[in-house]
Amino acid sequence: MIRRAVRFLDQRSGAAPLLRKALRYLFPDHWSFLLGEVALYAFIVLVATGVYLTLFFEPSLAKTTYHGTYAPLEGVSVSEAYKSVVDLSFDVKAGLLLRQTHHWAADVFVASIVLHVMRIFFTGAFRKPRGITYFVGLLMLFTTLLEGYLGYSIVDDLLSGMGLAIGYGVALSIPFVGANLALLIWGGPYPGAPVFESRMYIGHVFLFPILIGTLIAVHLALVASRHHTQFRMDRRASQRTLVGVPMFPGQTPRSLGLMLAVAAVLFLLGGLIQINPIWLWGPYEVAQGTNGAQPDWYLGWLIGALRLVPGFDLRIGDYTLVPNPFWGGALFPLIVLAVLALFPWAERRMTGDHGFHNLLDRPRDAPGRTAFGAAFMTWILLIFVSGSADRATVFFGASYVAQIWVYRVAVWVVPVVVFFVTRSICRALARSDEIEEDAEQAEEEARAAARRSRPQAAVATPGEGTRGP
Amino acid sequence: MRQLRALVIALLGVLRLRRTAKEQQHSSKGDDERIVASAPPNRGSELVVVALLLAAAVCAVAFIVFYAIDDLPSHTQLLGLSFGLALAFAAAALIVTGHRLVVSEEIAEEYPEPEEPEEQEAVVEIVHESGDRLTRKRLLGAAAGAAGTAIGLAAITPAASLGPGIETKSLYDTPWRRGRRLVDDKGKAYAATEIEQGTFYTAFPENAKPDTIGAPVVVVRLDPAALQLPAGRSGWAPQGIMAFSKVCTHAGCAIALYRKPLFPPVQPRPALLCPCHYSTFDPAKGGEVIFGPAGRPLPQLPLTVDGRGELRAGGNFSGPVGPSWWGVREDQAS
Repeated sequence: MIRRAVRFLDQRSGAAPLLRKALRYLFPDHWSFLLGEVALYAFIVLVATGVYLTLFFEPSLAKTTYHGTYAPLEGVSVSEAYKSVVDLSFDVKAGLLLRQTHHWAADVFVASIVLHVMRIFFTGAFRKPRGITYFVGLLMLFTTLLEGYLGYSIVDDLLSGMGLAIGYGVALSIPFVGANLALLIWGGPYPGAPVFESRMYIGHVFLFPILIGTLIAVHLALVASRHHTQFRMDRRASQRTLVGVPMFPGQTPRSLGLMLAVAAVLFLLGGLIQINPIWLWGPYEVAQGTNGAQPDWYLGWLIGALRLVPGFDLRIGDYTLVPNPFWGGALFPLIVLAVLALFPWAERRMTGDHGFHNLLDRPRDAPGRTAFGAAFMTWILLIFVSGSADRATVFFGASYVAQIWVYRVAVWVVPVVVFFVTRSICRALARSDEIEEDAEQAEEEARAAARRSRPQAAVATPGEGTRGP
Repeated sequence: MRQLRALVIALLGVLRLRRTAKEQQHSSKGDDERIVASAPPNRGSELVVVALLLAAAVCAVAFIVFYAIDDLPSHTQLLGLSFGLALAFAAAALIVTGHRLVVSEEIAEEYPEPEEPEEQEAVVEIVHESGDRLTRKRLLGAAAGAAGTAIGLAAITPAASLGPGIETKSLYDTPWRRGRRLVDDKGKAYAATEIEQGTFYTAFPENAKPDTIGAPVVVVRLDPAALQLPAGRSGWAPQGIMAFSKVCTHAGCAIALYRKPLFPPVQPRPALLCPCHYSTFDPAKGGEVIFGPAGRPLPQLPLTVDGRGELRAGGNFSGPVGPSWWGVREDQAS
C-alpha cells in the first residue's frame, strides 16, 4: 500500500530522495525550540478561523440601524461592519466561538513570536549562518503587529475607532510627508472617507496574510537549509555535528501533538473566556471615548511610549515640524526594530567573532549580550507597564501624574542597573562553571593517576584530595 | 453501552492483528539492516492512545450535537469546550504516541557545508564572462538605473489617486462658522442656562455632519472670575461658558474626561482629559496643556449667547483641530 503510493509519487515527481531526506531531517530536542512552532500553529488557527469570519463580515462603513438579539443596541445607528460583527456574535451559530478563538489566536501568535525572538537573541542563534533567517523573523514580528492592529480596527467599534484615531495621529506626525501620507492612506481626513474600511479589509484578509505566509515559507526554508542550532547537551554535538530526533517517526507525532494542543488551548479560550466584547464598547463616534481604553496586549508598549513622552512638539515659531506622537508612536518602535536588526552586526564588531555558529550559547556564556538583552527588555517592559498607569490609579489610587514621573525616570535608570547586575550574575555563573569543570578534570586526572600508580603503591583515594572547593 | 464495548473490543482486535503482522514482517530483518532503530512493543501505551483517540471522537461528536441543538444555554461555552477537548485528547494521543509508541532515537549527522567556495567562484565567473562584450559598463548601468527608477516611479504614480495627498488644506476644515448654533446629539439647541459648572457637555454644529474631526466640541462653565484666557479672546466665554474642540491635539481621541476638583483649595484645577494618553488641558487658560504628551493647546471655539438665550459660535476655532502634522500653523482653522 505505502510502497505503491511512494512508487506512484516517485515515478511522477522524482520525490523519493527528497522525501527520504525530509523524513530523517533532525530536530534537536529542547523545549525552547517549540516556541516558533507554537507561532506557526497559531497562524494556522488564525487562517482557518479567519476564513470563516470573512464569510460573515461586511467591510462597509455605510450607516444602518441595529435590530437584533442584543437589546441594548436596539435602534442604534451603527455601521454595516459593526452590525455584521455583532450579528456574527449573537445570531450565527458558533460565530462567537470562531470570532473569540480568532482574537485569542492573534494574541497568542504575537506572544509566541516575541518569546521565540527572545530565545533566539539570548542563545545567540541569530549568528552566521542564520542572519537572514533572523531578519525575516523580525520582519514577520512587525508585520504581525500591523496585521493584528488592522484586524481589530476593521470592526468599527469604539475601541477600534480610537485606535485608528491614534494611528492617524501617528501617521500625520511623520516628518515631511505625514500629512500627505495620512491623507493618501485614509483617503481623506479621518474619520470620513468610507473607502478606508475596504482598504483595511483587503490588507487584513489578503495582503498581510499573504506577506506573512511568504515570510514564514522563506523563514522555514532557510531554517531547513542550514539545519537547526543545538545546545551542547549530547557528547556528540558540535559545530560540525548535529544531534537530534528525526522528523519521522520521532518528531512528527510530537509536533502534530503540539499543533493540536495549541488549537485546543485557543478553542478553549475562545469558548470559555470572553475577549473584545464589542457590543459593550458600542459603535465608534468621533465625539466618544472610553475611559480605561486598553488595546490588545501587543500594542501596549506603544500606548506606554505615547503616554510617557513629555508634551512638546518640535517647532520653529508657530510652525510645527515634528508633532509629539511621532516620538512614541513611530520613532520608538523603529528604534526597537533597528536595535534588534543591527545587534548581530554590532556584536560581530565588538567581539570580532565572524565565525559560523551551530552550537548555541547559554545566556551566561555571553554576559555582554545577555546583559544588553535584559536591559533592553527591561526598557521596553517598563514602557509597556507605564501604559497601564491609569489602571493603577483606578485600582490602587496611585496618583497618575506621580506615576508617570516615576516611569519617566525609571525607564532610563532601571535598565542600566539591570545591565550591570545581569552581567555580573552571568560572569559569576560562568566562573562557577569553570571551577566545576576544572574540578571535574582534576578529579579525572587524579583518578587516572591513581589507576596508574595503584600497582606500585597503595594510595587509598588520591581523588579525594583534589576535589573542587 | 454494550455496543460501545463491542466496538472497543473489535478495534483492539484489529490493532492486535496489525501489530502481530508487523512484528512478523520486521523480525526477518536484523537490527543493523534497519533504518529506524527497533524497540520493544508497548501494549499499555497503545491502549492509552486508543482511549484518548476515542475520547477525542466522542468530544467532536458532542460538538456537532451541541451545534445542532438550537436553544441550548451557554452555547458558545459548550461548543468551545467540546471542540477544545476533542483537540486536546487528540493532542494527548499524539504526544503519548511520540514518547511511548514510536522510537525517538537521537541520531548524529554532519551539518551542511558552511559554504561552497567553488560554486561561489563559478557564479562570479558566469556573471563576469557574460559581461565580457560590454565596453561601456558604467554608461549602460546608469541608463538601466534611469529606466528602472522612472518605470518604478511611473508604476507607483497611480497611488496618488488614493486620496487628496498633495493638497493638505482639507486638514484645516471645520464646520464651525460665526452664528452656527450648538446642538446636542439629538439636534436640540443648547441654552446657556442649561450649562452647569462641574460637568461637561458635548455639542455639535447645527445642520452639519457630526462625524468629522472638526465637529464635536466640549462645553464647560467656570466661574468667570477664575478665567485667565489668552489675549485676544475677550468675549469668547459669555457667563464663563466655553467651548473647546473635543478632539485631542495629541493623537485625535475624544476628550472624554472632565476633572472636577471635589475640594478646590488643595485639589488640582478643573481640567479636560483625553483617556487615550492622558493629555490634560486647562479650560480656564484657554485649553493650555498642563500635563501629558499633547504639544499644543486645545483649540477654543468663541461663543455668543443669542437673543433666545441659546449658544452660538462666534467664529471658528483658535487653531487647527486634532493631531498636528509637519507644517501645521498654530493659528489657522478654516
